[in-house]
Amino acid sequence: MTSLAELSTTPDDLIRKDRVRTPLYTDPAIFDAEMTKIFRNTWVWVAHVSEIPNNGDFKMAQVGLEPVIVVRDRKGKVHVHLNRCRHRGATLCEVRKGKTSSLVCPYHGWGYSLDGKLRGVPYENGYDEKTLDRNELSLKSLRVEEYNGLIFATFRDDIEPLADFLGPAKKWIDLFMKQGGGYPVKTLGEHKFRFPGNWKIQLENTTDAYHFPLVHKSFLTAVDKETEQQLDMLNNGGFVEDLGNGHSVMVMIPELIDLDDNLEAPIPEKFADLAKELAAEGYSDLEVRRMVRAVGGSGFNINLFPNVACSMAFFRVLQPVSVNETEIRHIAIGMDGGPAAANRARIRLHEFFQGPMGFGSPDDAEVWDRVQHGAQGGDEMWIMLNRGFPKEESLPDGRHRSDVSAETGMRAAYDQWKRMMTV
Amino acid sequence: MTIPATTSLPVTLAEAMEFAWYEADLLDHAIYDEWLAQWTADALYIVPIEPGTTDFENSLNYAYDDHGMRKKRVERLLNGQSISASPVALTVRSLSRFRLLQTDEASCELRCAQIITEYRRGRERTYTGDVTYRLVRGSTGLQIARKVVWLINSTEALGGIGYIL
Repeated sequence: MTSLAELSTTPDDLIRKDRVRTPLYTDPAIFDAEMTKIFRNTWVWVAHVSEIPNNGDFKMAQVGLEPVIVVRDRKGKVHVHLNRCRHRGATLCEVRKGKTSSLVCPYHGWGYSLDGKLRGVPYENGYDEKTLDRNELSLKSLRVEEYNGLIFATFRDDIEPLADFLGPAKKWIDLFMKQGGGYPVKTLGEHKFRFPGNWKIQLENTTDAYHFPLVHKSFLTAVDKETEQQLDMLNNGGFVEDLGNGHSVMVMIPELIDLDDNLEAPIPEKFADLAKELAAEGYSDLEVRRMVRAVGGSGFNINLFPNVACSMAFFRVLQPVSVNETEIRHIAIGMDGGPAAANRARIRLHEFFQGPMGFGSPDDAEVWDRVQHGAQGGDEMWIMLNRGFPKEESLPDGRHRSDVSAETGMRAAYDQWKRMMTV
Repeated sequence: MTIPATTSLPVTLAEAMEFAWYEADLLDHAIYDEWLAQWTADALYIVPIEPGTTDFENSLNYAYDDHGMRKKRVERLLNGQSISASPVALTVRSLSRFRLLQTDEASCELRCAQIITEYRRGRERTYTGDVTYRLVRGSTGLQIARKVVWLINSTEALGGIGYIL
C-alpha cells in the first residue's frame, strides 16, 4: 500500500491548510492510494431506500472501484455484497436495477440467496467437503447502515457507526428530507454524465457558491426574475459550515433552510399554476403551501465526504473512474405518494438545470474539464483554497464557519482527506 | 420547402424523409429561427432516459421541451453566456433507415436512425439513436408535432451535450 509519505516528500508538500498541489488531480499513484485509504476505509453512500423499496429489489453500485449489489432480502434487510462470484470472480449482476429472488453467476451457475449465502452449485459431485465448504463461500458483504433513507456501506467493521460519522450533518439531512412536503422522499430517476477530470474537482464544486453567478450565467438568464433573485446566492447572507469528518453545508438561500417555516409567505409566481392545480385536487391551503415550498427544494447543499451531496433538490453522487475520469449522477427526488403534479414540477425543474442536456450541468462539466486540462501544465503552482480563510469564525467544537463564497467546505474535505491518507 | 400544404393523399415516405433531412440541416447549420418555426404550437421535443418510456410527462428525461424551452435552448446556444456552448459544438448528423410507421392525409409517424458526430475543443464524440417524428400537415407544409430522440446509450453516463440532438 502506498502511503502519502511515499507519494511526495512530506504530506505538507501536497496539502496545506489553504491550498493543495496539482498532483492531487493528476498522479495515478495518489488515485490508487485514495481508492484504498479513503474509499475502503469510510462510509460510502450506495443508495436511497426508495431505490429498493420492496423485498427482492436490487441495484448495482460501487464502493470506490469495487462493484457491489445493494439488495433487500426476503425479510426486508438491506445487504451490500461485492458483485463477484466466489468461484471465479465473475460479476453476478450486470442489470442496473430490478427485482430477483436469487443471485446466480452466469459462468458456472453458482447461486446465492439475497442475504449472500451460497445455495446452489451445479454438478456438485466434482467437489468434496474439503474443497467446497458452502459456509465459507458466502458473498463478501459490506457493513451497511442507514440514516434517514440514505444507505451507506463500508468495508470496515471497526470504524464508528454511521450516525457518529455523519455527526452534525444529521441535522441538515433531516432538514433536507423535508422537501418530501409531508411525504417520504422518493427517487424519480437520474441523469448520469462523465467528465475527464479527477473526482475531487467535483467534490469541491458542491461546496463552491463562488462559481454560481459566473458559470451559470446562461441558466440565470433563462429563469424568471424571482428565481434569479433567489439564486443571487452571494448576496443573500448565506454561509458555509464545516460539519466535521470532511462534511460541510453550504447555505445559499437562508429562507429555505427549514421548509416548514414561512408557510404563510406568498406563493412564487412560477408555482401559481401548480398551487391552483393542487387546490383543485382538494388539498388544503396549508398542504398546498407546504408542497409548493417543498417543490422548490432546499436552500443548501450538504457535502458528505467522500462521494455524495444532498444538493438543493437532488442527490449528487460522484464515482471515481480513474485519476482523470469521474462519473456523476444527479438523482431526482420527489414525494412518495404525493400528487403527480408536484412530482412533475420537480422533474421539470431537474431537467432544466441538471444532466448532460441541462442548462447548468454542461457548464459545470466544462469548467471541471478545464481544471483538469490546466493541471497538465505542471505541478509547481498551488491550487488555492484560501477564500474566506482569514475571516473564518471558529465554532466551539473546533469546526469553522464562514461566508457563503468561502472555501471552508473544501478545506474541511481536504482536512479529512489528509487525515485518511496520512494513516 | 416545396411540400404541398394541402392534399388528399397520405404523407409519403419521400415527403417525410425530405422534411427530416431539412430539420437536420437547419440544426447542423445553426439556422435556429427557421428551426423554431417548424414546430406546432403545442409540440414537444423529448430526449428520454429509460428505453420504452411512454409517459414522458411524468418521467425524468434529458430534455422535455415545449416551445418556451426550445426558445431558451436556442437562446443559450446563441448568447455566448454558456461556457459549454462557447464555442458551440460543430455537429454533423446523418439520418437514414427511414420508415413510416403510420401515415394519413393529415399526419405521419416517421422513425429513422440518427448518428451525430460532435466536434468541440479538439474532441470528437458520437451520439447514436433512433428518432421518432410525429409530423402534421400545417398551412405551410409539414410541421413537427413531436420529436423523440432515443439514444442507444441513454441509461449510461453521457458527456455534456451543449447542442440540440
